[in-house]
Amino acid sequence: MQPVIRIQNIKKTYVMGSVEVHALVDVTLNINKNEYVAIMGPSGSGKSTLMNIIGCLDTPSSGLYEFNGVNVSDMNDNELAKIRNREIGFVFQTFNLLARSDALHNVELPLIYAGMKKTDRKRLAAEALQHVKLEDRMHHKPNELSGGQRQRVAIARALVTNPSIILADEPTGNLDSKTGVEIMGLFNELHAQGNTIILVTHEEDIARHAHRVIRVRDGEVEHDGPVEHRILPGVHA
Amino acid sequence: MRLTDWGYEIKEGLAISFQAIRANKMRSVLTTLGIVIGIVSVTLMGTAIEGLSRAFNDTVSKIGADVLYVQKFPWFDGGDNWWKYRNRKNLDLKQYRAVREQATQVAALTPAAGTRVPIKYRSISADGIIVIGANEQYVQTAGVGVEAGRFFSQAESNGDRPVAVLGYTVAEKLFPSETPLGKNVKIGSHTFRVVGVMTKQGSFLGMNMDDRAIIPITQFLQKYSNHRRGVELHVKAADINDLDNTKEELRGILRKVRGVKPGAEDDFAINQQEMFIQTFNAIGGVVAGIGLFITALSLFVGAIGIMNIMFVSVTERTKEIGIRKAIGAKRSTILFQFLIESAILSLLGGIIGIVIAYPLSLLVDQILPTSMPLSVVAIAMFISLLVGVVSGFLPANRASKMDPVDALRYE
Repeated sequence: MQPVIRIQNIKKTYVMGSVEVHALVDVTLNINKNEYVAIMGPSGSGKSTLMNIIGCLDTPSSGLYEFNGVNVSDMNDNELAKIRNREIGFVFQTFNLLARSDALHNVELPLIYAGMKKTDRKRLAAEALQHVKLEDRMHHKPNELSGGQRQRVAIARALVTNPSIILADEPTGNLDSKTGVEIMGLFNELHAQGNTIILVTHEEDIARHAHRVIRVRDGEVEHDGPVEHRILPGVHA
Repeated sequence: MRLTDWGYEIKEGLAISFQAIRANKMRSVLTTLGIVIGIVSVTLMGTAIEGLSRAFNDTVSKIGADVLYVQKFPWFDGGDNWWKYRNRKNLDLKQYRAVREQATQVAALTPAAGTRVPIKYRSISADGIIVIGANEQYVQTAGVGVEAGRFFSQAESNGDRPVAVLGYTVAEKLFPSETPLGKNVKIGSHTFRVVGVMTKQGSFLGMNMDDRAIIPITQFLQKYSNHRRGVELHVKAADINDLDNTKEELRGILRKVRGVKPGAEDDFAINQQEMFIQTFNAIGGVVAGIGLFITALSLFVGAIGIMNIMFVSVTERTKEIGIRKAIGAKRSTILFQFLIESAILSLLGGIIGIVIAYPLSLLVDQILPTSMPLSVVAIAMFISLLVGVVSGFLPANRASKMDPVDALRYE
């Protein structure tokens, strides 16, 4: 089976003034459909850079990155924007919702950029919000929602285009532990429904929800294997 | 990109713009100040020019494009030569007859002289009426129509009959409830029989053209003139396209009959409407020049203001740009979004400008009959839109080129 993500020997080097920073030295990894992967690493390990590249927000300095068999390593900005729009659902630590728009419009936004008709857009966005159990909060603005609700709006936004992967960057980092558990429950559910999920986190407890953990250190993959002591869906830590 | 995609992006862009402008009402309105002043000045200038050209067209139609006026004084000449013109030999009826007999390029010809004399009918009197002496061809040279009765005939004119044709308002004033035709009026101390009333002419350069009465020239010269005053000649050219020919012919005849030595300059002036055109164009040019300068300056200031606030807006919304890019907004989408916002901002200034300029144009109307033409409103809207797009381009371009990773990290 063709992996969703195929990364071979990618490097990422930033030039800061006269200093070259090697954020990623040599990373090779594959992620298959319906995998549940946690990418872990301390700050400065290159985990964020790896996430940005996987999320097509950035391109590697060298090496190959294939997404669903398509080489994205040297795509231009607009092609990358299209991949992000159709294939990737982002969930961020700080939710990153548009403050002036209500929940429904926030979820609709990727569909607007995909050029979808208004009626279809509204229907799909409402369905996605239903999916995360926020159907009664559709017309609330982010500042009228709790942290957990905001993150669920963000998850609905990530789901609405039916992407190939859901890329979550510290999705519980700004939530209290009880709400965090709820959100992780939602991710487990999404995984059970067939979604491919990539979690970026530095919390072992969160990573234990995934099936596979990739540990990054000093710009290299230090460890890549199944999660031990996995937290099973429905069982609270 | 498909056309429908643009439709959604325009709608989204508009929605975002209105949100952003509503969120920063005060800032938005202050930003548009330069545009407001620019649009006010461009619309008022347009309105004033419209008024000038309207006045001009009225004037032109009243004095007739193909009529030459032979006078001692040239129109629109500086005051320096006043005495020279003043001391020229008068034009008189002898010269008029010479022209009448010799000219071939002439469709109509009348001598003319006028003065202010009160007119009375029984107990009603009208003051400040200009009484003009002319012949029957005055109808053609002045381009007037006859409302009631008739103009006096060639026989009456040549036969020196005491008949008069009244201007519209004179007839109205003296005969509020009866027909003036066949009635005797007193012009000064002399009695004239009214044979006709001229059609309403309106005003010309602020002068009421209907406050007048026409009588045969010989009657005028005997009763209201003195020897020091001459006449002028109104000459309607045979062919409007051959005005210069008529002018040359007139010059030749008049130089001979007035005894101007060969090589000496003319001791008379042949005036024509073109001089009005030149003067009006000059005034219009000055108005347009001043207006354009103020407009350009304030639009420039306005454009800088909008550009500045758009840079602020782009910076403030870096995070939002990052979010939009992360979920699939293309460069062009972001560019477009900010261009729409600055265009809307500028258009808002344009609309405020029109709203302010409209009552001001009613003030202008008091001095110079005019109204704000729709074309000027359309031009003003177009200009403000254009200023918005141009001044929004640099900030929008900066926004569109932001790196999504950096933008998302921005707090």
